Amino acid sequence: MSQIIVLIVGIALIGFIIWWFFGKHAVATESAKVENQQQTVDVLVKGGYSPERVVLKAGVPAVLNFTRTDPSSCLDRVVFSDFGINQELPKGETQAIKIDTSKPGTYTWACGMDMFHGQLVIE
Amino acid sequence: MSITSRFWVSLIFSLPMVLEMVFHPLFGWMLPGGQWTMLILTSIVMLISAVPFWQSAWASFTKHHANMDTLVAIGTATAYFYSMYAMATGREVFFESAAVVTTFVLLGQVFEERMRNNASNAVAKLVDLQAKDAEVMRDNQWVRLPLSEVVVGDQLRARPGEKIAVDGVIVDGQSTIDESMVTGESMPVEKKVGDSVIGATINGTGTVTYTAKKVGDDTMLAQIVDMVKKAQNSHAPIQKLTDKVSDIFVPVVLIIAILTFMVWYVIVGASVANSLIFAVSVVVIACPCALGLATPTALMVGTGRSAKMGILIKNGEVLEAVNDVKTVVFDKTGTITNGKPIVTDVIGDRATVLATAAALEATSEHPLATAVLAQAKADDLKVSEVSDFKAVEGKGVTALVGGKRAFVGNDKLAADSVLPDELQAQVADLQDQAKTVVYVGVENQVIGLIAIQDAPKPSSKSAIAALHARGLKTVMLTGDNVRVAQAIAKQVGIDEVIADVLPGDKADHVQALQKDGAVAFVGDGINDAPALTVADVGIAMGSGTDIAIESGGIVLVKNDLMDVDRALALSKKTFNRIKLNLFWAFVYNVLGIPVAAGLFYAIGLTLSPEFAGLAMALSSLSVVTSSVLLNRVKIESKAVTA
Repeated sequence: MSQIIVLIVGIALIGFIIWWFFGKHAVATESAKVENQQQTVDVLVKGGYSPERVVLKAGVPAVLNFTRTDPSSCLDRVVFSDFGINQELPKGETQAIKIDTSKPGTYTWACGMDMFHGQLVIE
Repeated sequence: MSITSRFWVSLIFSLPMVLEMVFHPLFGWMLPGGQWTMLILTSIVMLISAVPFWQSAWASFTKHHANMDTLVAIGTATAYFYSMYAMATGREVFFESAAVVTTFVLLGQVFEERMRNNASNAVAKLVDLQAKDAEVMRDNQWVRLPLSEVVVGDQLRARPGEKIAVDGVIVDGQSTIDESMVTGESMPVEKKVGDSVIGATINGTGTVTYTAKKVGDDTMLAQIVDMVKKAQNSHAPIQKLTDKVSDIFVPVVLIIAILTFMVWYVIVGASVANSLIFAVSVVVIACPCALGLATPTALMVGTGRSAKMGILIKNGEVLEAVNDVKTVVFDKTGTITNGKPIVTDVIGDRATVLATAAALEATSEHPLATAVLAQAKADDLKVSEVSDFKAVEGKGVTALVGGKRAFVGNDKLAADSVLPDELQAQVADLQDQAKTVVYVGVENQVIGLIAIQDAPKPSSKSAIAALHARGLKTVMLTGDNVRVAQAIAKQVGIDEVIADVLPGDKADHVQALQKDGAVAFVGDGINDAPALTVADVGIAMGSGTDIAIESGGIVLVKNDLMDVDRALALSKKTFNRIKLNLFWAFVYNVLGIPVAAGLFYAIGLTLSPEFAGLAMALSSLSVVTSSVLLNRVKIESKAVTA
């Protein structure tokens, strides 16, 4: 009897994992507001990045404020490989990262171990 | 709480349980207080050291992400909470697994953190090279100003032993300058008025005054720092594989762990505790951090090290492309040769011939004219005034010197004049030695010949031998005529010569060569930029124009062709190290999972969660160590003769 329960629960769990991690889920997106010729977006680093997708306007100086509250060492750096940025994120401190918005396009950023990803759209 | 202190807490409180694990089978020693002591010790470890893993695992779970923290959290939480349930119902407990796994995972992270800082400090070292202040001329007085206040056009002074502050040109004084920190050139370089100096290099024996030409982000050092930063954080195409893997890896591992439990419990009929141990081992061994670290750490160390040698590799893509290179194509002027023609022979009466030629060429800006004038100056000849100067398109120049019509030019210009047989015989000889022959004549009579040559750099021959030793084909592309090109090629040992190439056609020739395999192009001029871009690997000489440097994938700061060989060697070493790292990371994960799942139980091969934790820590550690060791790898050329 217990075998059958384990079997059913196990299969249900596998189904849940597949749906939860591989299913289509909305990605938190935030567009920057332009104020005084400067655009800023705050990114919270906790179990990933919120928002995970940032949209910036081309040609306007931009700053992304990363604040890490997550204790994981996985997230202790943020890397923008296209911009040559590799910034340490001490826990609990806000780090401002200047983004060169002169070239429109879609870029990605990642944590130091390339496990978490975010998307940066300049348009 | 920092990772290090979490590790120490974890270690101290797990130690008694580890001791029991070792001494119980040997001497029957038991922990005083038994399961209750274990519960208390493990609870402390969980609360202080493991809860942060649980927190970040939960935070990413809510965002539909899973990562290594997810695996550590699930592994430790399962072992801990099941043991509490087992204790309450009087079954076998395994508290020690939860505590020991936490300890080992943290141990791995402590080392990894140190190593990562170690690997990334190349940039910090470069930035530290920058001078902090400089002696600047302001209002006719020398004042010491912070570097940020120096602007282009400022007069600066460097005393012996001081750092050159910014890039500039010497206007007074002479000295030897140690440029090793920027160019990797170990010998100090002689500098005099008119020579350029590089910021952050160290002035040797004399005091020099120089004009600032580039400051701030425009200096060579700033450019190098920028390039190295970008390279270190760039992606190698091979990494796309791990990017994909890491997205699906953790959920897949969780599914495998559930399957493991189900197979052991439902099909084999093992106890809940045993089935659970197998499942937890799977979760723990599979932590993919080694996989994620394999490429970036090697890239960081490899590009950092090459920068120290004066070889700037722009990104991981270039590094990977180097591996397939079959042919190396060289531009001739300025790359294989010095790019500065010099007079090698004067036939006829040396003083008369040179003086006449110099007088005629005095106003010309032709490179050959520069060589003639330099030689005349070196011979201390007086250059007389000329009148009725005429440039004959594509032939040379004529003018009246001391009332007589004189000319300097090529064979076409000399065709109307009388050419003595003994001179005629010399012409072919000189041309066969890769020398350009200039005819000098007075009143329709050729009075002498001047042979001019752009000599190969001293290191060109050994550099090409080194590339041959690597099994690469070498080709020279040049706009020069076949005879001169062939002669130079023979001197340095180039395999194939493509001569009489128009500047615009260089890229086409590179493309044609690409049909036989990947091509690396080495060049320095503006006209090389298209070829540098078209080639699989563009290698720009650092002395070259900005546009060439921009187009190249690899920049050689020193002007030494030997660095082409070194750049190829280093790129290959780094890329091989990436492959090796990925191999080991995969082996740990791919082989570790079946073992942890108990697939080899029948032959007595199993992996307890504690050992799975240790193996995981060691895998990250071995990958990062192997990357850092790239700093120690010997880079040597394969050529026997140097």
